[in-house]
Amino acid sequence: MIGLHDLTKISDYEWEIPQLFRGDMRGPVRIFSTRELLEQILGDKSLEQAVNASTLPGLVGAVVVMPDMHQGYGFPIGGVAATQFPRGVVSPGAIGYDINCGVRLLASSIALEAALPQIDRLATLLNQYCPSGVGVKGVLHVNIPELDRLLQTGSRWALKNGYASENDIAHTEENGCLEGADPAKISERAKARGREQIGSVGAGNHFVEVDVVEAVLDPQTAAVFGLSEGCLVVQIHCGSRGLGHQVCTDYVQDFQSVVQRYGIKLPDRELVCAPMDSPEGQAYLGAMRAAANFAFVNRQLLAYSARRAFEETFAGKLKNWQLTQVYDICHNMGKVESHEVDGKNVKVCVHRKGATRAFGPSTPGLPPEYQHTGQPVLVPGSMGTASWVLAGTETSMLRSWGSSCHGAGRTMSRAKAKHDFRGDDLRRKLEERGIKIRAGSMSGLAEEAPSAYKDVDAVVETVIAAGIARKVARLRPLAVVKG
Amino acid sequence: MPFEELPHTADWSLRIWAPDLTQLFAESARGMNALAGIRLAEKPRVRRLFSVSSPDVESLLVSFLSELVYFSEQDRLAFDQIHLSLDLEDSPPCHLSATLRGAPILSLDKAIKAVTYHNLKIQQTTRGYEIEIVFDV
Repeated sequence: MIGLHDLTKISDYEWEIPQLFRGDMRGPVRIFSTRELLEQILGDKSLEQAVNASTLPGLVGAVVVMPDMHQGYGFPIGGVAATQFPRGVVSPGAIGYDINCGVRLLASSIALEAALPQIDRLATLLNQYCPSGVGVKGVLHVNIPELDRLLQTGSRWALKNGYASENDIAHTEENGCLEGADPAKISERAKARGREQIGSVGAGNHFVEVDVVEAVLDPQTAAVFGLSEGCLVVQIHCGSRGLGHQVCTDYVQDFQSVVQRYGIKLPDRELVCAPMDSPEGQAYLGAMRAAANFAFVNRQLLAYSARRAFEETFAGKLKNWQLTQVYDICHNMGKVESHEVDGKNVKVCVHRKGATRAFGPSTPGLPPEYQHTGQPVLVPGSMGTASWVLAGTETSMLRSWGSSCHGAGRTMSRAKAKHDFRGDDLRRKLEERGIKIRAGSMSGLAEEAPSAYKDVDAVVETVIAAGIARKVARLRPLAVVKG
Repeated sequence: MPFEELPHTADWSLRIWAPDLTQLFAESARGMNALAGIRLAEKPRVRRLFSVSSPDVESLLVSFLSELVYFSEQDRLAFDQIHLSLDLEDSPPCHLSATLRGAPILSLDKAIKAVTYHNLKIQQTTRGYEIEIVFDV
């Protein structure tokens, strides 16, 4: 086990495992954390996994990990690794099974006081229109040729079919479509798993949540993001469902022999990878980008369903009930980006697994109105606790591959959470605090108990103090729909 | 039950043991079903036959369990009678033939979405063969 004595303190919020720690490391591991959060991080195997990640061939600079990090499999959750493009590798396990898992934030000008009498009905309608839970089907079933068009064009497919607006697309990372998506590189099995799940939340820690903007910390930036204190917003957290999981499963299996073919030695088979300029690497990139486009459409369909619930709840009662998209961000993704390394701009493939892109001001690819603010960084808290809207900074571009934290981060196993908490008790306590809960499974609810997670405020304070994001607004939950 | 749940911060992990490799594979399937809390309908009984090949024994186990994950999610089927034939004698690849009998899933507590290779290594111990598997949920 790695201990505190193995770490070099850079500042109160930044630590490092030097490259010399283990002979097969190709770069150091940089940890954004306070001493207190570090105690929790050292409680599982996440830092060993970060050290393993640093052995990826073609690694550039440091593997970076966020204060919400925790143990995953292969690559830690909350980890970021950049590999040289195109000679370095791409690793499916360093992106994750739920390709393009992410968060979408929709803002409104509905005042809390006006909305409060309707929140219970709103929660019921959201639960009705946003299917969630184990094994649920989505709101839309498509045939395979149509699915291929969706996989190729992402959110543009949703626009063409009446499920999105131009404004939604302009406020989605990569405009909701990764170039280079290749549906032909996705197996029939993956397509079969995905074609009936479009517009569904799934289970686990995924949710649709109504919040109120409880506090605005940066009024100018909040105004640019369309956030008003005391008004309702909606967060949607989900990914590419069974399709993404099958894509990752297929390529992690395929790459078991690919690493042998290319003479790549790794400490964990879940980290298998292929050179990006190899036929195998290109095939995975094409499939991964198509799965990412599926996830963009999935969240877009859920936004469409959320709007339907808002319309049925508030139209005719309130004047301005519409939901406007603030941003849609990815936190499980591999993307080719330009970053400054040793004073030079270089192209790298940034693997983010449980880490949010946090591009600072003036970074290419941001919508024009966010060029001065940096991109919105969406950090959902655990169920029943606050969430945060942050903004990317110049420092995040220099220190963390343009990345920041993605949530509170688990600290307790699901088994222990189920043992220690009861879903119905948890629901009653949350309802007593005025939070409406719609959950398909009480045991699933128990697993997501707030005490199973770190304190999201402590996580956010750490990235703020480290300078890799800045505060914009704090959100308080009103209604949660979960599987 | 020749399997036990292991602590894992975010996902689910099982340790499985059996006197031989064929039984280890079958117990891994049973352990996965137990972890997911799968309950089967009484009828109709169904049968599925399939074969998988992989470059090594651990990969063969992941391929086999991944087939079951697919049956569970896509066809809503799970199996309580598992008959396997493993061909591990020759040089790679390894082969597995499965004859499974089961029924539609009546209910389940948790969807296992993927079987990972994380630290996957079959060990020989006093109990025969042991393995630890991490599942993505």
